[in-house]
Amino acid sequence: MGSDGLDNTPALNPSTPVLAPGHNYASITDKISSIVLLQRTRRGWWLGFAIAFSLLMVLQLAIGYLLMVGVGIWGINIPIGWGFAIVNFVWWIGIGHAGTLISAFLLLMRQAWRQSINRFAEAMTLFAVASAGLFPLLHMGRPWLFFWLTPYPDTMGTWPQFRSPLVWDVFAVSTYGTISLLFWFVGLIPDLATLRDRAKDRVSRIIYGFLAMGWRGSAMHWHRYEMAYLLLAGLATPLVVSVHTVVSFDFTLAVVPGWHSTIFPPYFVAGAIYSGFAMVVTLAIPLRKFYGLEDFLTLRHLDNMAKILLATGCIVAYGYMMETFMAFYGGPSYDHYMMMNRMTGRYAPVYWTLILCNIAIPLGTLWFAKIRRNVGALFVISLIIQTGMWLERFVIVVTSLHRDFLPSSWGMYYPTRWDWATYLGTIGLFFTLFLLFIRFLPMISIFEMRGLAHELKEKEG
Amino acid sequence: MKRHPLYGLMAEFESTDNLISAAHRTYAEGYRQIDAFTPFPVEGLAEAIGFHKTRVPLICLIGGLIGCSGGFFLQWWPNVIGYPLNVGGKPYNSWPAFIPITFELTILCAGLATVFGMLALNGLPTPYHPVFNAPRFELATRNKFFLCIKARDAKFDAQKTREFLQSLNAREVSDIEV
Repeated sequence: MGSDGLDNTPALNPSTPVLAPGHNYASITDKISSIVLLQRTRRGWWLGFAIAFSLLMVLQLAIGYLLMVGVGIWGINIPIGWGFAIVNFVWWIGIGHAGTLISAFLLLMRQAWRQSINRFAEAMTLFAVASAGLFPLLHMGRPWLFFWLTPYPDTMGTWPQFRSPLVWDVFAVSTYGTISLLFWFVGLIPDLATLRDRAKDRVSRIIYGFLAMGWRGSAMHWHRYEMAYLLLAGLATPLVVSVHTVVSFDFTLAVVPGWHSTIFPPYFVAGAIYSGFAMVVTLAIPLRKFYGLEDFLTLRHLDNMAKILLATGCIVAYGYMMETFMAFYGGPSYDHYMMMNRMTGRYAPVYWTLILCNIAIPLGTLWFAKIRRNVGALFVISLIIQTGMWLERFVIVVTSLHRDFLPSSWGMYYPTRWDWATYLGTIGLFFTLFLLFIRFLPMISIFEMRGLAHELKEKEG
Repeated sequence: MKRHPLYGLMAEFESTDNLISAAHRTYAEGYRQIDAFTPFPVEGLAEAIGFHKTRVPLICLIGGLIGCSGGFFLQWWPNVIGYPLNVGGKPYNSWPAFIPITFELTILCAGLATVFGMLALNGLPTPYHPVFNAPRFELATRNKFFLCIKARDAKFDAQKTREFLQSLNAREVSDIEV
C-alpha cells in the first residue's frame, strides 16, 4: 500500500471503454490485419519461437525414447501409477476451459468485453487440449493401440467398458477438442475473408481465400452464421462443464481416500476456470505490449479477468476448506489420515506451496483495484496461480495414491528427468503453436471488433 | 448479346443506416431477389431484405437427437445384446452410467450438424461468385456496405433499377458481370 493506505476507489468507472475511442471499422481492420499481413516478423517473435521450438524438440526426444523403452523411464511405480502424466493432463485441459468459457459463456451473457480476447483464448484452448491429449495417450504405454479405447467392431466382439470414467474421458476430451476446433474455425471464417481481400501477394490470397471458402458477408449468410454461432455457444457452455466433471470422475469414482468425494466436480470446474483465466492473462499482457494492442485489450479487460480470477479463486478456496472439513468431520478414518498426511507428511511442502500460490497470494492481492490494474503485478500473479494449480493436481494425484489403505503398499513418487522433459516439451508444443497462430492468423476477432465499434457508436449517437 | 450477361446491380453505401433504409425501400418497391453485403452482422438487415427464417436451429436439433439416441444405443447394444456380462448381478442396462457418453455425443453431433448445416445452407465453399467482380467489393470485408439487386428479379430493368438505386443515397452503382 502507498501513503494513501487502503485506497480502493475505482480508477475505472463502469463506463470505461472496452475499446479505446477514435477507432472506426477501417482502422480496426487495418490495425489487426496488418500484424499478420504487413508487419515484418519481430525479433522477439523469433526469440520466443526459437525457445518454444527447442522445447518442442525436447518433447520429440522424450516421446521417441518413451516409445523405444516404455513408461519405465518415468518415475511412476506402484502405488503411484499416475504421476506427471495425469497431473499434466488435468492441468492442460483445465487451462483450455477458460477459452471456451470466454467465447461461449460470455457470448451468451452478452459481455461486450469478450470480443477482443475470445479469438486468442479459443486458440489457447485448442493448443492446450492438444497438449493435454498427448499425456493419456503416452501414459497408456502402447499408444499405437489407442483405438482400443474407441468402440469399433473388433473380431472378438469385445467393447470398451462404457461404465468406466476413463472411457467417458475419451469421449469427453475428443468431443471437446472437435467442438473447440469448430468454434474457433467458424469464428475465423469472416476474418479469413478480410485477410484474403487485404493480402498483397498471390500466395497469401490463395491460402486465405481457400480457407475463407468464398465468404462474402451476405446478409443471409450472416443471419445463419450468427444463429449457428449462438447455438454453438449454447452447446459449448454445458460441454465445458461436463468435460471437467468427467475428468474429476476419473478420480472421484475410485475409492482412494482423497479422491472419493462429491465436491470434486464443481471444484474441478472452478479450478479449471481459475487456471485458464490465469493463462489468458499471461498471454494477453505480453501480446498487448509487443503488438501495441492496448486500444483493444484495455485495462478494463485485465481488470475484469482479474475479478474472475478472484471469484473462481474463492470457489477453489471453498473447495479446499470443505475437503479439509469433511475429512475431519468424518472422524478418525482413512480420509482423516490422508488429510493429516497431506498437511504434515512427506509432501507437506508441496501442499503448503499450493495453498500459498492458489489462495494466500492471489486472494490476498486481487481484492485491491490497484493491483488488478497493475499490469506487471497481474502478470506475476497469473504465473503464480498456474503454478499453484499445477501443484494442486500433483497433490491430488500423488499424495492420495502414495499412502492408501495398506501400509505395506505405501511408496514415494519422484519425477525423473524424462517426466520433466515431457512436461516442458508440451509447454514448447503449446507456445510453438500459439506463436504460429499469432503470426499467421488475426489474434483478435476483426469482425466482432467492427461490430463492437458499431454498437458503441449507436449507444453514443 | 453484345455485352456480358448481367448478374445484377451493386450499390455501395457508407453506413449501416443508409444500407438498412435502402434495403427497406428496395423491398417495398417490390424487388425480391436482393442481397446485402456487410463487414459485420447488422441487426435487422436480413429482415429488411425479406429473409426471416433459418433452418439452422432445426438442423442442430436433428443432429442432437441423432447423437443422443445413437450415443445411448452405442452403449446399450453391446451391454445388453452384443456381449452381456453379468457383474455381480448388476443390471445390463445400467443407464445412469451411460449418460456421460450420451451427453458428449449429443453435443458432438449437434455441433457438427450446426456448423456443416450452416455452411451447406450458405452454399459454402463457393469457389466462384459474380459479386466479387463488383468494383471496390473487397471493402465489403473492411468498412463499406453493399446492396445488390439481381438481374433475375422479375422487376429488374437495367435502366430503371439503376436509377432507383441511385436515388437511394448510394455512393456508387455498378454492373456485376456473371
